[in-house]
Amino acid sequence: MTLRTILRRSLLAVVTLFITVLLNFLLLRVVRTDPVATMTRGRKVSAEKRAELREKFGLDDSTVVQFLKYLKELLKGNLGYSFQTGRPVTTEIFSKIWPTISLIGISTLLSAIIGIWLGIRAGWRPGSAFDRLSTGTTMLFYSTSDAFLGLLLAYLFTSRLQWFPTGGIVDPRSDAVGLQKLFEQLHHMVLPATVLTVGYLGQYSLVMRASILETSKEDFLTLARAKGSTDDYVRRRHAVPNAMLPSITLTALSIGYVLGGSIVIETLFTWPGLGLAFSRALGAQDFPMLQGLFLVSSASVIVLTLLADLLYARLDPRVRIA
Amino acid sequence: MTAPGAAQAPSAQTPSAPIPSAPIPSARGLAWARRRRSVGIFWAEFRRSRAGMIGLAVLIVSALVALLAPLLVDYGDTVPINTISNPERDPPSFDFPLGTDDKGRSMIALLVWGARTSLLVGLVAATLSIVIGAAVGIAAGYFGGWIDQVLSRIEEAFLVIPTIPLAIVMVAVLNRDLTTIIFVIGITSWAGSARLIRAQTLTVKERLYVDRARALGAGSWHIVTRHLLPNVMPIILANLTLTVPSAILSEATLSFLGIGPFEGISWGKTLQAAATASAVKLGNWWFFLPAGLAITTVVLAFTMVGNAIEQVLNPKLRER
Repeated sequence: MTLRTILRRSLLAVVTLFITVLLNFLLLRVVRTDPVATMTRGRKVSAEKRAELREKFGLDDSTVVQFLKYLKELLKGNLGYSFQTGRPVTTEIFSKIWPTISLIGISTLLSAIIGIWLGIRAGWRPGSAFDRLSTGTTMLFYSTSDAFLGLLLAYLFTSRLQWFPTGGIVDPRSDAVGLQKLFEQLHHMVLPATVLTVGYLGQYSLVMRASILETSKEDFLTLARAKGSTDDYVRRRHAVPNAMLPSITLTALSIGYVLGGSIVIETLFTWPGLGLAFSRALGAQDFPMLQGLFLVSSASVIVLTLLADLLYARLDPRVRIA
Repeated sequence: MTAPGAAQAPSAQTPSAPIPSAPIPSARGLAWARRRRSVGIFWAEFRRSRAGMIGLAVLIVSALVALLAPLLVDYGDTVPINTISNPERDPPSFDFPLGTDDKGRSMIALLVWGARTSLLVGLVAATLSIVIGAAVGIAAGYFGGWIDQVLSRIEEAFLVIPTIPLAIVMVAVLNRDLTTIIFVIGITSWAGSARLIRAQTLTVKERLYVDRARALGAGSWHIVTRHLLPNVMPIILANLTLTVPSAILSEATLSFLGIGPFEGISWGKTLQAAATASAVKLGNWWFFLPAGLAITTVVLAFTMVGNAIEQVLNPKLRER
């Protein structure tokens, strides 16, 4: 991989990031309700105070000036102040980032591993009973709304069987510390993580299955077989490594979808992460928070996609340009 | 209806095209005869896909239910003010086949009337998404150069930017009427199809008949509408069928988060109502099971039809 490739890809990521920021700013501009009016709703605020607030938020400047100011503040890491708490959006986001990273991280890892494994087995013997069962099941889950899957599992496992807690990250009444606390958190995570894992492993298994099918027609597999390698060896050493590449890009892109799913699932299970913050901000019409959350989620997907692209180019010497 | 085969067949027959009897068949007549023949071949191939036919049957039934909703159940049963005398949180019974919710609304009425909004949003938003995708893809592929560069960068950005967060922010600052929701879902989901359509445009553009048309003095508009569009149409239709599921799921997600369309009832809104009514905690499974299963069934049916269409169009996929 040349320096040129790295620079080119990074530049593309910067362009995408810029488009996101621009989009975010334009959406902010579309808000017809006056932020000052929203903030001071129900309180007696003098006209001078309002003018001062308008001045503070720079609402009287031209669009271009406002955009440049917005960019400048953004580069300084200032995403504005939450309407709900009055604290900086960055602080709010940082305080809620770990529950989401762990939830999305674990479920992405699990759905990638299980999905890829299913895809390999299914694609290696297309039309077999295993293929039909696994493809049918993953398609079914893939077609299910996250909200419904969440409600269904919550009903089965919290209401009926009472195996897992209904929500939150720890029991507010418990005073567990250390390892015990970690176990309690994991216990709370099982259901939300299961919904996200099951809901999103379909992409991995379907893409992996298609990729294995594609690879299984390649000449080098015939050669490997002609050399007398066992079927198992050909699959493990020749087919799988070559068919793995598309799932790298998929993992990065899939984070974007899982982020959407996590908003629903965190809301349903009151998991105190960014997703719950998203829907709370939505309910409170907290625009700075909404935009900060949107920006942070987009930026993470953009960075992950860049890393995946670079990894792909590193692993596959055929991808040199574009 | 949603199946391209069914949608094309009647329009292909409307213009009178007397082919064999006329001494010199007109160009238009020849073109229509060719199209009718390929639709016939397409349908024959499509019928061989069992999954595709099952999906199509499910879709026809769902569409009929949505269209005939007023004849099947009373809309009044979905309006809380009329259902005040109904039993609340009643499990499925003879009077209420799918039970009632916390406001005494009949769940079967919500299911049938919800089909309208969910299918409408799914179909219209997916159509909008494909129209944008086709316009961007064809323009980028046909014109190339800086137009391609600019459009492709925007397309890449939209491909990477997470859809649901973007849709949430858009709905939050815009309105919550049906048109806005459809617009938001359409505008956040076009990038994938734009990419495919651009690739197809690039290959069609290099065919000899496009050169021939250009040599005969055809302008861009003629080439795009008469040569490129008919040739990318199959991809557009396959993509449309495969975009409807994600549009339906997006509507469900937005509605569940409380930013679904103001007007009407949808399956997503039923799921949200179930969550706010603590249906899970109180064990009222009939609050969410019918709507959730309806979403899964319709989404799966569209996917099955879409996959079958793709298989017909792309023989390479047939072994799968």
